[in-house]
Amino acid sequence: MKPVDHAEASSHFIEAKEHLEFHDRRLWDLRLKRDREAYGIPEWEELRNLASAIKEHTLSHLADYLEEFEAQATRNGAHVHWARDASEHNQIVYDILAAHGAKTLVKSKSMLTEECDMRPFLETRGVEVIETDLGERIQQLDDEPPSHIVVPAVHKLRSDVSEVFARKIGSEPGSNDVHYLAEAMRQNARPYFLRAEAGMTGANFAIAETGSLVVCTNEGNADLSANVPKLHIACVGIEKIIPKIEHLGVFIRLLSRSALGSPITQYTSHFRAPRPGSELHIVLTDNGRSQRLGMKDFWHSLKCIRCGACMNTCPVYRRSGGLSYGATYSGPIGIIIDPAFDIRKYSHLPYASTLNGSCSNVCPVKINIHEQIYKWRQIMAERNQLPLVKKEAIRIIGKVMSEPRLYRAAISATGLAFEHLPRFAIYNWLNAWGRQREVPAPPKQSFRSWYLENRRRQ
Amino acid sequence: MTSRDTILAAVRANQPAPVPSVSAIPMFETTSQSLLERFQETLVRMGGKIAPALDGGDLDGLLRGLFPAARVIVSATPEVRGTRSLDESTSPATLADVDVGVVRAAFGVAETGSVWLSENELKVNALAYLAQHLVVLLDPARIVGNLHQAYRDARFKTARYAVLVTGPSATADIEGVLIHGAQGVRSLTVAMIAP
Repeated sequence: MKPVDHAEASSHFIEAKEHLEFHDRRLWDLRLKRDREAYGIPEWEELRNLASAIKEHTLSHLADYLEEFEAQATRNGAHVHWARDASEHNQIVYDILAAHGAKTLVKSKSMLTEECDMRPFLETRGVEVIETDLGERIQQLDDEPPSHIVVPAVHKLRSDVSEVFARKIGSEPGSNDVHYLAEAMRQNARPYFLRAEAGMTGANFAIAETGSLVVCTNEGNADLSANVPKLHIACVGIEKIIPKIEHLGVFIRLLSRSALGSPITQYTSHFRAPRPGSELHIVLTDNGRSQRLGMKDFWHSLKCIRCGACMNTCPVYRRSGGLSYGATYSGPIGIIIDPAFDIRKYSHLPYASTLNGSCSNVCPVKINIHEQIYKWRQIMAERNQLPLVKKEAIRIIGKVMSEPRLYRAAISATGLAFEHLPRFAIYNWLNAWGRQREVPAPPKQSFRSWYLENRRRQ
Repeated sequence: MTSRDTILAAVRANQPAPVPSVSAIPMFETTSQSLLERFQETLVRMGGKIAPALDGGDLDGLLRGLFPAARVIVSATPEVRGTRSLDESTSPATLADVDVGVVRAAFGVAETGSVWLSENELKVNALAYLAQHLVVLLDPARIVGNLHQAYRDARFKTARYAVLVTGPSATADIEGVLIHGAQGVRSLTVAMIAP
């Protein structure tokens, strides 16, 4: 399979100037809102330390906690299923639906089901699947994956949503009023909640101590999906476990503040046991997580609570859009997760970063994201997964940097070149740094020649 | 080997060296602001409303004043009669035409402006989502400071379903424009009334 070419895909995103500017501004606004909330809590850094420590402890004892969760959930009357990979996950979900004669499934947002490509699997088997989160529904109707893990349609403008809704759910063409569009979604989704035989949610946290699942949402769609139909299926990655209810205080305080800059989501829902007369099925899914747990440099990525703060702060993500990563997870967190799924397909992604470290600084569970990005680059180089142009460039730079004489010659030649070459020789397809920006003026003098003139004599 | 055993074996084989557990989570008590004041301030920020004081009137009168056009009012608390009765056996989908749902919360959380509800308070969980509007009665004496204190409540370990509800349902999925009344209730009003 050809690697995803992030730079090439971004170039299309960048062409749509209005979209690009809005996307950049909207996500930066989320970052600023996050900052205001974080600064409003004196113990913010202590909470981050606690969250990180709880996750690291849990992941290093994950098998025991999974067993505890299973035992508690089973005692509560839930059915616990185990899926090794995406295809087993999808088959389990289908079998549960088929056993209940369920033909319509209302679901709330779940990155795990995106990861497993579950919707087409169910649809080809005759199950109608309705995404009920507004952003996710927009993406479903437009036949696109979510471009952001928290705000799935953030790359779209109201006119795009209006076009999709007019085409797919019969809203008035050309009506670009956001309130009207949200109401059209509400009116369209409501009958599905009432008639669906099954509802599905993901889980933000799974509590070993009580066997509870915790779901954090704003729209009320997850609670409708779980509380109206008689069958609730919850798809849960095995890394979502935390040991105790009291730990939730730490994570819930961090999650929505980091994600959206609000103190909490409108609904923080705890599902411990099925309603009388209903069934709760929990599909615990591995899909590469146990393998990642064994990767010395990368297991910390399993601490992720999917807040999206690293995406909102990332200058590359904000200016390239989530879809350009060509993967379920985009942005900085995607860069360190995706190659673990497919090292060849995602071999170029670790270069979609300036390594500025902002992602690590905002991460509520203190994942060393930018260091992991750097480590993935090393692995790509070792495994010979570098694109040819980069490989050649790095080989030449390596040679020049290792020989002072060559280095000096190159530096003075570069200075001369920038001063005297015509624009077309600097701003062309060979120089990626000259695209969309002016190359900075070279200094009049190199440090070395300045040093020789001024300091050496003293 | 079953998938369960395969996964658990792989996890056991790959787990990093044991990291010690975190001892107790501090309570982080910080603010000197009154709990009631802080609760109301945050609730309003989250899109919720505070009902006017009863002033000797009755709750049914308060509801009529707040929702004069409401035809179907369903209450999960005996303090309000409503127009139609509700019990644990009511089928959730039959609540689709409810204009106003009423429920008494077990407690509130000042830090987030949230109210705590479970199947014991709601009788039918879907009432809090299918109704167009939700009115929540809250005893002002039952407000805890922050989420750490809230999660000390033992009912999290016994309720089948427990939810911290904070304002009405909301979305900002189109261009970040905030809309109250996404898929759940369009408005949430808290009435500060002791039982």
